[in-house]
Amino acid sequence: MTHVYLDHNASAPLRPTARDAMVEAMRAGGNPSSIHGIGRASRALVELARRQIAARVGARPSEVVFTSGGTEANSLALTGARRSRLLVSAVEHDSVRRAVPGAEQIAVDRDGVLELADLERRLAQPGEPALVSVMLANNETGVLQPVVEAARLARRAGALMHVDAVQALGKVPVDLHGLGVDYLSLSAHKIGGPAGVGALVVRDGAPFLADRLGGGQERGRRAGTENVVGIAGFGAASLADFPVETLAVWRDKMESALTALAPGAMVYGRAAPRLATTSCVGMPGVLASTQVMALDLAGIAVSAGAACSSGKVQRSAVLAAMGVGGGEAAEAIRVSLGWNTSEPDIERLIAAWRDLYIRLSHSDIPRPRAA
Amino acid sequence: MTATTQIRRNDQPIYLDYQATTPMDPRVLEAMMPYFTTKFGNPASRSHAYGWEAEEAVEKARAQIAALIGADEKEIIFTSGATESNNLAIKGAAEFYKDRRNHIVTTVTEHKCVLDTCRHLEQQGFTVTYLPVQKNGLVDLAELEAAVTDKTVVVSVMAVNNEIGVIQPLAEIGRICRAKGAFFHTDAAQAVGKIPLDVEAMNIDLLSVSGHKIYGPKGIGALYVRRKPRVRLVALINGGGQERGFRSGTLPTPLCVGLGEACAIAMAEMGAETERLGQLRDRMLAGLTARLPEIFLNGDLEHRIPGNLNISFAYVEGESLMMGIKNLSVSSGSACTSASLEPSYVLRALGVEEELAHTSLRIGLGRFTTELEVDTAVEELVRNVSRLREMSPLWEMAQAGVDLKSIEWAAH
Repeated sequence: MTHVYLDHNASAPLRPTARDAMVEAMRAGGNPSSIHGIGRASRALVELARRQIAARVGARPSEVVFTSGGTEANSLALTGARRSRLLVSAVEHDSVRRAVPGAEQIAVDRDGVLELADLERRLAQPGEPALVSVMLANNETGVLQPVVEAARLARRAGALMHVDAVQALGKVPVDLHGLGVDYLSLSAHKIGGPAGVGALVVRDGAPFLADRLGGGQERGRRAGTENVVGIAGFGAASLADFPVETLAVWRDKMESALTALAPGAMVYGRAAPRLATTSCVGMPGVLASTQVMALDLAGIAVSAGAACSSGKVQRSAVLAAMGVGGGEAAEAIRVSLGWNTSEPDIERLIAAWRDLYIRLSHSDIPRPRAA
Repeated sequence: MTATTQIRRNDQPIYLDYQATTPMDPRVLEAMMPYFTTKFGNPASRSHAYGWEAEEAVEKARAQIAALIGADEKEIIFTSGATESNNLAIKGAAEFYKDRRNHIVTTVTEHKCVLDTCRHLEQQGFTVTYLPVQKNGLVDLAELEAAVTDKTVVVSVMAVNNEIGVIQPLAEIGRICRAKGAFFHTDAAQAVGKIPLDVEAMNIDLLSVSGHKIYGPKGIGALYVRRKPRVRLVALINGGGQERGFRSGTLPTPLCVGLGEACAIAMAEMGAETERLGQLRDRMLAGLTARLPEIFLNGDLEHRIPGNLNISFAYVEGESLMMGIKNLSVSSGSACTSASLEPSYVLRALGVEEELAHTSLRIGLGRFTTELEVDTAVEELVRNVSRLREMSPLWEMAQAGVDLKSIEWAAH
């Protein structure tokens, strides 16, 4: 049985172009801070990738700070901006919502879209200038946030703006200056680069105080020997575009098929602008954990919510913020498509989901949903 | 991609900078490969086989690291490298215990990331004692014992110095720390896999590991955090709660696997490799001292890892020498600071005079260094040092018996 991987938002398989760039980097070896020829060759690889990433997000190479991943990038931005007041959307990734204690949460509507009025109200309150953090695309629902508008409100109020673009990169246009933001977090392994590398893009002129101290790498903004191989893979992976139009067609086909099969099936965030690659869908009457296990036995990998918290029995903070009740939320799985997803993958998912629904939904499995 | 990556191409210079970074061992790469391509799941994904096989691989790697330092696998936290491990250990402990203890002890020859972290904590109101080292680079245990008080939260002393390769008396330091109730942190980036380490026998509470210094990948490291008695830390990176909340972020499975494999290989081969490198190192030192007068080894030779030499070539400017020996990749200090022209603060701390510190080279030997490379390097060094000295008026004067220190140089 061939396996079908539809959990790209957790981690995407490595793109061949990234792999090739990594092999080249492995051959080069060396520490980019060494001044001998081997060191300079590895420095050149890091700087090439920096230009590639910068070009991808409309930034200058000097604005790109390589990190160990999206979580560290978020942490760096939220602590490095040195603002004591933090306003974060209620649907942010845990690495933002939990980065700093005491962050205020900005409400989202029932489609998971940021309530700009709530942000404006909070910004208008007297107090210290804030840092606002709103993700470009949500990891569980794929819902796109009105970042340009949020950034405009933030700027007008003298606040700084951070955007977690980890899930958005390559799938929708990401432009540091076009978005009008100060900090942008990126991750390699969500787009077909290797795990263990990411970047924080810091707009020239935005305040930034490093908290990782040491050898002065990344122009003093993030110490530690650069992960040259990973960075080279990240650079190469960033060059590719996602076939978003095709993926959107397949995603829509899947959602139509599932909701036709089960009229009570919910697709969360469906009314909002979304990534083409993410679908958060509930099977009425069947726990998500049952669904993911059954699908796994059928050779299909999906998840129940975000990977980092998928091991824990707790309800999705994203769905809760959208006003979804605990019972319904416990029935939602995330199907996420990526660069190597094929149409037969989607057909396999639909068929397996159908079998499962027919087998389970009419049995007497206890329903978690309250009346 | 196959794992038969060549270590060195014929057109590349001879690599003698193993303390800056090491080439990845092909066996490490081979172990990592499947986790880049077919087994690419997120180890935190609990809902499917991709996640489970990644988690299993990460846990195996954790056990391999633990085994090498005599720890329990539950005590190993993955990080992005030794710089992060050092930051997390020192800041994390200082922050957690700050209400009871506000003093840190370290040495002046630590890696920059330890010193910078300590300076940062000083700005936060902590007191830091920077212990000097003796002429041989080793810390004076009596001074260390006197410096540790009941207010000391952590004593951070590196296991092996990155510039001069000297091994600090870890067991003795551990005993002092335990007796005084202070945590003992050691930056073991240059020591892991090269000297026997045992966190129990040495009473080590926190120990930093680097991947790329031990033939593993860059971008991965680990921190050993003792569980009994328990050491608590304030995390630097919060989020998904991975690594028992000490360090959030998706674990890079292939890199974790690579670090684990690197540790397993080091553990299996440490004895024989120590012997082999010791012979190569002695061969190089003998070759140089036999043919070049006025060269000085910096740091203790006995308490030293076999893969390091740090030599001052009097009357030869280090940077000119490096330009001359284009066929050799060596460094004139640690990699992070080698771009600056300041003399090494480590050598200055040993009491090496500024002029002599400027003439020093760090030569790092490692797993892929051959006898032929050592001999070629000796020839190259002898030829270039001799050539540069012939052009040096200082050398000429010294040969003529003039005491250079007695000369008053005219200002201009």
